[in-house]
Amino acid sequence: MWEYTEKVRDLFLHPKNVGEIENPDAVGEVGSIVCGDALKLTLRVDRETDRIVDAKFRTFGCASAIASSTALTELIKGKTLDEALTITNKDIAKYLGGLPREKMHCSVMGREALEAAVASYRGEKRPGAEEGEIICQCFGITDQKLRRVIRENNLHTLDDVTNFTKAGGGCGSCVPDLERILNEVWAGQPVEKALKPKRRLTNIQKIALIQDVMEKEIRPLLQADGGDAELVDVDGNRVILSLRGTCTGCLMADVTMKNIERKLKELVSEDLLVEEP
Amino acid sequence: MKVVYLDNNATTRMADEVREAMLPYLTDLYGNPSSMHTFGGQVHRSIETSREQVASLINAEPDEIIFTSCGTESDNTALMSALLSRPDKRHIITTRVEHPAVLNFCKAMGRRGYRVTYLSVNKLGRLDLDELDEALDDDTAIVSVMHANNESGVIFPIRNIAERARSRGVPFHTDAVQTAGKIPVDVSDLNCDMMSLSGHKMHAAKGVAALYIRRGTRFAPYIIGGHQEKGRRGGTENVASIAGFGTASELARNHVASGDDAVRQLRDRLQQGLLDTCPGALVNGDPLNRIPNTLNISFEYVEGEAILLRLNEYNICASSGSACTSGSLEPSHVLRSMGVPFTAIHGSVRFSLSRYTGEDEIEFVLEKMPPVIRDLRELSPYVKEI
Ligand SMILES: Cc1ncc(COP(=O)(O)O)c(C=O)c1O
Repeated sequence: MWEYTEKVRDLFLHPKNVGEIENPDAVGEVGSIVCGDALKLTLRVDRETDRIVDAKFRTFGCASAIASSTALTELIKGKTLDEALTITNKDIAKYLGGLPREKMHCSVMGREALEAAVASYRGEKRPGAEEGEIICQCFGITDQKLRRVIRENNLHTLDDVTNFTKAGGGCGSCVPDLERILNEVWAGQPVEKALKPKRRLTNIQKIALIQDVMEKEIRPLLQADGGDAELVDVDGNRVILSLRGTCTGCLMADVTMKNIERKLKELVSEDLLVEEP
Repeated sequence: MKVVYLDNNATTRMADEVREAMLPYLTDLYGNPSSMHTFGGQVHRSIETSREQVASLINAEPDEIIFTSCGTESDNTALMSALLSRPDKRHIITTRVEHPAVLNFCKAMGRRGYRVTYLSVNKLGRLDLDELDEALDDDTAIVSVMHANNESGVIFPIRNIAERARSRGVPFHTDAVQTAGKIPVDVSDLNCDMMSLSGHKMHAAKGVAALYIRRGTRFAPYIIGGHQEKGRRGGTENVASIAGFGTASELARNHVASGDDAVRQLRDRLQQGLLDTCPGALVNGDPLNRIPNTLNISFEYVEGEAILLRLNEYNICASSGSACTSGSLEPSHVLRSMGVPFTAIHGSVRFSLSRYTGEDEIEFVLEKMPPVIRDLRELSPYVKEI
């Protein structure tokens, strides 16, 4: 089922600024038909004032990609290039009244088309386009783009990295690299984490929350890989888990335990430690 | 607005007769079929009647049928049983285009140390049977190939495949979820050892299905519990749904036996109409070996989710193999395995009809579709390329 807002639906059915400006001053093309979405943005820019006097798009993609393109063009029209560049993918999503999490990459694509267009106008190399090392081969996503989107959108989970960039959503072989990058991005920023309000939980609340996270977040992931984990005990901040199925003895068992610990720290309490019985 | 339901490979409307057959077991006749008293006993008899009806649909004996909770359970049970019955054998053969009920089971077994061969298909969605012969070896525990594919509708040469497997002493399972009730399905003709069926794909309720197990086939239960289904599948039976499934099987058998060709004619009308009115449209899957209700068609340079959402405005229900609808970020594994070009793979739409589909519904789609495609092409940066 589609969980689109009325605004997305409306702008999908009645898009604005469709087409291509003839002899445009700036062109930004991102995405490809192979990846399933692509956007071509053309701009008319007033050379005196650097102001965007007109913006048009053509988009191949799903409803949210098409609606994001309208949002982008509406947001940037009348702005100077510098003003336009302050618009983030979050602004695009906000204009649409929100996007389903797994569609956030559509708003990121809009923002990238803008960057590409501005760079083409200024005769610069597009930032982040060719730079960096390609991490996700399926969708051609570089580490630089990953780091930027992770920071800008305050992403902390692998799922969200995929939702916002598509990276990891194809064959999945880059997932360990994505984890590494996520860790690196936030390792240098302990301040951000400290800003998170610490919840004071009673023991019973804590156990209930741990059970909830296990059932909703952790076990489904493990089960998808033929494994499972059982909550054996909670002793203070020590969470005792026993791994089942393919997880046991699997080379990844250590990694799995670490990932579970990360999830529990993130969703329950920073102080938790995960151990095997 | 009336729903125009062309997504029957996903699920079907319940037949009125099926609902009627179920009602007594949802109201007065709530006894447990395992009970000793007459009240429960009469419920037991209805299950055995259904078993006969399901068996008769596929030309099997009633004692060769066990009831399960869904097609997925039937597939999992069949494969797991084959592996458990021959623990020394560690190799599975299946295809790249199976339903996730088989494919993901095999992948999971692959992670548990089994060797899995995934047979490939060509552009038309056909298998290369030489590849099967090469893959078969003394270690093979089971071959599982679906009777017809749920996305492309392509029918596989099951009898031929079964013979190749069985001649090497390897049991053969087929997932016939998409063929039962649409084309003749006969277990002795197809020569298979196990076969999966699912109720909700043939106008019965959701949550009821069957597994055929040929007499003499080694079997190990997947759901272990009480003595229900002669110990082959534990758990108190879903009595009402089973009763409905029996009726649905009888309706399906009569429909197939009648030789009624209306579904095929409507499908062909839809296909021809779309090809005539929408430029850049191509049919996916072997046109000569398809179940009669399915049309998988790609519209180049437009995206499937966008098409579906536009159709949704008219209450037209269909599905797509595009990345945006697949739940992952990649387009359908079936279309990718068939090598459908990327210009077309994201723009695939599957229309699947049923014997309840009316001509007016097909005409309605034919009226709405060309402007939808035209509008979306207008938006597409690749439009010049058509
Ligand atoms: C070919 C095939 N096999 C198995 C299934 C699974 O059936 P069920 O939904 O009853 O689990 C389906 C249904 O989508 C199917 O199309």
